[in-house]
Amino acid sequence: MTPSDHSGGGTGSLRLWDRLSVTTKQIVWAWLFLAVPILFFGVVRFYPTLQAFWLSLTDWDLLNEANFIGLDNYRKMLADPLFWQVFRNTFAYLLIGTPISIAISFVIAYYLDRVRFLHGAIRALYFLPFLTTAAAMAWVWRLFYQPPPIGIINGFIGMLGFEAQPFLRSTEQALPAIMVTAIWAGLGFQIIIFLAGLRAIPTTYYEAARVDGLGEFTILHRITLPLLKPTTVFLVVFSSIGFLRIFDQVYNMTSNDPGGPLNSTKPLVLMIYQTAFSSYQMGYAAAQTVVLFTILLVITMIQLWILRSR
Amino acid sequence: MSRSATAPVPRSIRPGAIIAWTCLFVGGVIMITPLLFMFSTSLKSAGEVFDLRLVPANPTLQNYVRVLSDGRFLGWFLNSTLIAVITTVSCLFFDSLVAYTLAKFRFPGRKLVFLAILSTLMIPTEMLVIPWYLMSSSLGWTDTYWGIMFPGLMTAFGVFLMRQFFETVPDDFLEAARIDGLNEFTIWWRIAMPLVTPALSALAIFTFLGNWTAFFWPLIVTTDRDLYTLPVGLSSFAVEQSIQWEMIMTGAALSTIPTLLIFLFFQRYIVRGVMLAGVKG
Repeated sequence: MTPSDHSGGGTGSLRLWDRLSVTTKQIVWAWLFLAVPILFFGVVRFYPTLQAFWLSLTDWDLLNEANFIGLDNYRKMLADPLFWQVFRNTFAYLLIGTPISIAISFVIAYYLDRVRFLHGAIRALYFLPFLTTAAAMAWVWRLFYQPPPIGIINGFIGMLGFEAQPFLRSTEQALPAIMVTAIWAGLGFQIIIFLAGLRAIPTTYYEAARVDGLGEFTILHRITLPLLKPTTVFLVVFSSIGFLRIFDQVYNMTSNDPGGPLNSTKPLVLMIYQTAFSSYQMGYAAAQTVVLFTILLVITMIQLWILRSR
Repeated sequence: MSRSATAPVPRSIRPGAIIAWTCLFVGGVIMITPLLFMFSTSLKSAGEVFDLRLVPANPTLQNYVRVLSDGRFLGWFLNSTLIAVITTVSCLFFDSLVAYTLAKFRFPGRKLVFLAILSTLMIPTEMLVIPWYLMSSSLGWTDTYWGIMFPGLMTAFGVFLMRQFFETVPDDFLEAARIDGLNEFTIWWRIAMPLVTPALSALAIFTFLGNWTAFFWPLIVTTDRDLYTLPVGLSSFAVEQSIQWEMIMTGAALSTIPTLLIFLFFQRYIVRGVMLAGVKG
């Protein structure tokens, strides 16, 4: 039966196989190769997606049968002050975290690109955090943010003669404190990608610009940045999606009251997690995931639109 | 890379370059400060944690002995390794096979299959975990290795990445192999695959790291502590240790050391792989 062995040609099925045209054989092989993956993507990606949409229209709570309740979950969400708080937090991570991390990583990559002395070693310093586990590093940063005498940051602040800061214990400082951790965790990857983008710019552009006597800033503004646009767009989208889905850091840095203090750091994914797996309101949680999906879709569309106009 | 080959002879070093280098170096040290303090605190005794010096006055390995003694970390380490290795092998095999088929075969429905797989990139894991959880609990997959790893056995990212590389493989090579009488599977495995090894290593790095550090789904699908992966295990361990920071840092260090060691050995490949995947992906 296996089409792989067509040297023998003894059985009827093999003779049939040999009579197939090259094109037909290609089609058979192609679908043979794709059979298991198509099954996988159907069962593990597409069906669950549809199911999530369906569940968002039900009141399923893991114990009782799911009943269709129309858009009630969405109405409940819009009236839920916690949802709006979480929505604001999520966009705070995204809208503040993304530009800051992109700016920092670009500046570092821009200068690192010109460094020859110990280039590899310095690059490694910036890249190392990318290889760490977010859950583990969240605890390291949590230690950093502790009040004196344990917290290193407060120790440093104290050395400079300033007052100790509450950081993770304050409703105002906790979110920025977690954001710093997330930015730190993502910098290494962004720097490496920017470096790759910078290297892909042909040297002739720079040579021509120098011949024309353009200054460094003009070169950056007129040549480097425009040619780097695809890389930048990719990183902005990648980093936005990362901040939109932030979870590991928040969950681990505020584990005594996840998303606290007073929900001031709670992002959408943490709300989804708690709605689904602490209060078992599966239908309501599914509706929240649909919102997350919609935001992601919008971001991706914006990316496609920007890259198309190029 | 072309630039370094044609790099001009070093000109006289300007003061600006020295300042830039120093800033970059200081910034790099700041970047690894969390790692340094993690290791430093893990080597301190309970009473010494309050001493914020980077180099411990009396470094000790007793925290490591204590954390490792009950065997839980070793178990979590083995779980994570097993899961990351299996998902990586699976992704390398299936993602490449799909990518190759989509890049090199002509058959009706090719575009549709590619677009369908590509479109799953837009579906966030968070949206799928509730149906996955439902599926896992009704099929008895919760608290099993299979339950933790089944969602990651194939990725659209891998298909997308590999397809771009398979497209650069010349058709003549494959045609020549066909004339020699090799079957299509052998052609893929023996002729095409060796031509895309850089892309394979890039995909391997991303898949391994992604599964090694994965937190959200393993947290949901496991309640049995023996089946925890390293990140989930560390998280529960840290909560349980409460304020014993030297113990928590030792746990954090133990879950970080493996990937750092891999990096030290394969730095060149990893950086190149990330660049490759980032630019092409």
